[in-house]
Amino acid sequence: MTKRKMLAGPYLVWAAGFIILPLFMILLYGFTSEDGGFTFSNIAAIADPIHLSALGQSIVIAAGSTVISLLVSYPLAYILSKRTSGKTSTVIMMFILPMWINFMLRVLALQMILANTGILNGILGFFGLEPLHILYSRKAILIGMTYDYLPFMILPLYNAMCKIDRDLVDAAADLGAGRFIIFSKVILPLSMPGVISGIIMVFIPSISEFAIADILGGSKILLIGNVIEQEFNLTNNWNLGSGLSLVLMLFIFGSMAVMNKTDADQEGQLLW
Amino acid sequence: MVSRGQKFLERFYIGFVFFLLYAPILILIVCSFNASKARTVWGGFTFNWYVSLAQNEEVMAAVRTSLVLTFSAALIATILGTLACIGMTVMKKNSQSAIMSVTNIPMLNADIVTGIAIMLLFVRFAGLGMMSMLAAHITLGVPYVILNVMPKLKQTNRSAYEAALDLGATPTYAFRKIVLPDIMPGVLSGFLLAFTISLDDFVITYFTKGPGINTISTMIYQQVRRGINPEMYALSTILFLVILVFLWIVNRIQNDEPQAAEAQAKGKVAA
Amino acid sequence: MQAKELIHLENISKSFDGELVLDELDLTIRENEFLTLLGPSGCGKSTTLRILGGFILPDKGRVIFDGQDITNTPPNKRNLNTVFQKYSLFPHMNVEDNIAFGLRIAGKSDAYIKDKIKYALKLVNLDGFEKRSPLLLSGGQQQRIAIARAIVNEPRVLLLDEPLGALDLKLRQDMQYELIRLKNELGITFVYVTHDQEEALTMSDTVVVMNQGYIQQMGTPEDIYNEPENAFVADFIGDSNIIDGIMIRDRKVEILGVTFDCVDTGFGEYKPVDVVIRPEDVVLLDPGKGSMDGVVSHIIFKGVHYEMEVTAGGFDWLVQSTVGHPVGTPVGIWVDPYNIQIMNKPESDDEKAVGVEE
Repeated sequence: MTKRKMLAGPYLVWAAGFIILPLFMILLYGFTSEDGGFTFSNIAAIADPIHLSALGQSIVIAAGSTVISLLVSYPLAYILSKRTSGKTSTVIMMFILPMWINFMLRVLALQMILANTGILNGILGFFGLEPLHILYSRKAILIGMTYDYLPFMILPLYNAMCKIDRDLVDAAADLGAGRFIIFSKVILPLSMPGVISGIIMVFIPSISEFAIADILGGSKILLIGNVIEQEFNLTNNWNLGSGLSLVLMLFIFGSMAVMNKTDADQEGQLLW
Repeated sequence: MVSRGQKFLERFYIGFVFFLLYAPILILIVCSFNASKARTVWGGFTFNWYVSLAQNEEVMAAVRTSLVLTFSAALIATILGTLACIGMTVMKKNSQSAIMSVTNIPMLNADIVTGIAIMLLFVRFAGLGMMSMLAAHITLGVPYVILNVMPKLKQTNRSAYEAALDLGATPTYAFRKIVLPDIMPGVLSGFLLAFTISLDDFVITYFTKGPGINTISTMIYQQVRRGINPEMYALSTILFLVILVFLWIVNRIQNDEPQAAEAQAKGKVAA
Repeated sequence: MQAKELIHLENISKSFDGELVLDELDLTIRENEFLTLLGPSGCGKSTTLRILGGFILPDKGRVIFDGQDITNTPPNKRNLNTVFQKYSLFPHMNVEDNIAFGLRIAGKSDAYIKDKIKYALKLVNLDGFEKRSPLLLSGGQQQRIAIARAIVNEPRVLLLDEPLGALDLKLRQDMQYELIRLKNELGITFVYVTHDQEEALTMSDTVVVMNQGYIQQMGTPEDIYNEPENAFVADFIGDSNIIDGIMIRDRKVEILGVTFDCVDTGFGEYKPVDVVIRPEDVVLLDPGKGSMDGVVSHIIFKGVHYEMEVTAGGFDWLVQSTVGHPVGTPVGIWVDPYNIQIMNKPESDDEKAVGVEE
């Protein structure tokens, strides 16, 4: 049997070399200054007003796109989960297909629509309406993130709702519940695991995003991802970049732990 | 017992979200056939952008790099991941879950951090180039292979394997004849998934690429910053069709399981 | 003495995806009755129950409840409650909140709800379980909570959809007694769906045997068992020997070339019929002393009796007896005329439903 265990060997070596070791490299850079001495200043640099405001902007925009995605997706997932025909699985595939289209291409498409001489203003102009200046604003970034990550919200919500036993809805109706009570007392609480994982799946990639902000926000708006990217590719302060990456990573795993805790509390009751 | 008005409202809502998701993609496709460079003017139907795309050496180089990189990364990731799964099944629960938590790191961590971490490693020990990109893409792909193979391996009918042993097969023979055919769909969809993830990746490639090398994603990024070039629309349309075919195949393999789709999506988060 | 009529299902038809599940079903349920819908899966018994509960609308026909047409009344407005097959307890609520669900909707006071929960838990022998999570209870306990949740609403009728199906044999038997006790204490009507004939015979006042959307026979458990009206019922309720026969004239039937005495009349002369004989009614005698001779070809010991197969006249007779004979023993077969059931063979397509499916 040990022979079979050996088969995992190559991957274990790989994981040690390319998952664990790189993280140590970030730690190494993050906790040293440019001359190689140990320092906390790269971590503490997050308190710098520019960095802090970048992190703040990232959180606000990521939270905004998460909330919008949730509000748009929840009714959709609910409607789709109610239809029980065999066609549903094709329909849901159609809704998650866009997330498989190259990320850059989706951003490119949005840029075309939102640009000052873009499709949206073309349509508005056709109706004699004032053009909107959306591109290169916070709004554009928000729209971009919501559009890019919407499918990540739809899918877990849909799956959670499909798992809800239809008999529970019947049981509630049998006990006298009308449509509103069925929704608030049965559907909503039982779909919470989907809500949680949807939030994680949209919030995490949004918070570290820099390319969307770059293309749709112009260089005017700095998110924490842009700050880190620039430390590496523009100002060449890798130590500072690593320090801020560590903060970002901590923030991500921290918020994930909080969400998972909420999820686990739910899950405790949801063991089937 | 649902009223007609409600049914209409539901359909309308489905259509509305559907429109929001697909309108941008549709516009890209339409523009790729538009003779006019202006986005809001229809200058007639043309294949010119596809022709000039094929003649654009920079674009073709990026496409070649992407294909070579993606294919080799997916292949190596599939071999590493499948072997790892097989090895892990005979390990203790603790070691298994320890390996799984390490495996989850590239999937859960922000791409920007993963990219930077691997870049730092290569700059320190080897320098950036095709090898650093390949390593990064393999690292990105393995978790998805494991995610697809592991459940299949656990579902595998243990009694069939034991029956084979009982009938005199050696463990290796029994594995090859009984278990491998069983997990093959998982291996295949793992490969295709790793392929798509790798093809789609921008952030990790952006940090680990060597100077002068571009994949499709990083090339589009550069082009978009320089100004819109309709050749990119043509490229988008082709990529869209390729992805469509790929996903259709993966879907066929996975038999429309929503769980599998969720695994895909979970994976996709990090990408 | 017949109790008052409470529910009348009037010519109910229902089809799913073009397949007829219920065909002109007409059924009367009386007050305070324990009525069981019995049949194989797909016979339409669960559909009937779900139409009663209001979860599906019939294509045709009416549901009359206490003189009122409730065909289109939604489930939450009906004065009956269901105990679901898979219990369907709300997993995110504890036992107390599950039981209180219907009462809270009805706007009952907290004190009343508390009393009711206590009473219901006592009734199902689960005192003190208020704060437990239903997910951590055993199947039998979940079942009792599901019953408690239904009965606190004081329904006139309790619908039970194969509630014991998921329990193991011993527990199932215990729950059968429990259900009978509950019904007597509550004094309400139970409509019970099952495919288990033993369950049906044990608990019911009235058994309705269904197959392919038709009611095959309706009556007391004794009637159903002792006088099955057709081959399907005979075969479905207990084991039977079902043999092709020819009714020679009144009180004389020819089976396997031998003429037997029976008590049935009115079938005409030389008419092909189905003859049903219960295995425990086949009496084994010494060779030559019975109506026909045969040889024991199989024997197994079943605890209370032996089950044997006796080949006689080219037919394998199923025989149950407290006395066993070794394989190869020549025996004589005799059947009391009262224990021979004569049935018409199905003639039309409609009647095919009563045919025995092997």
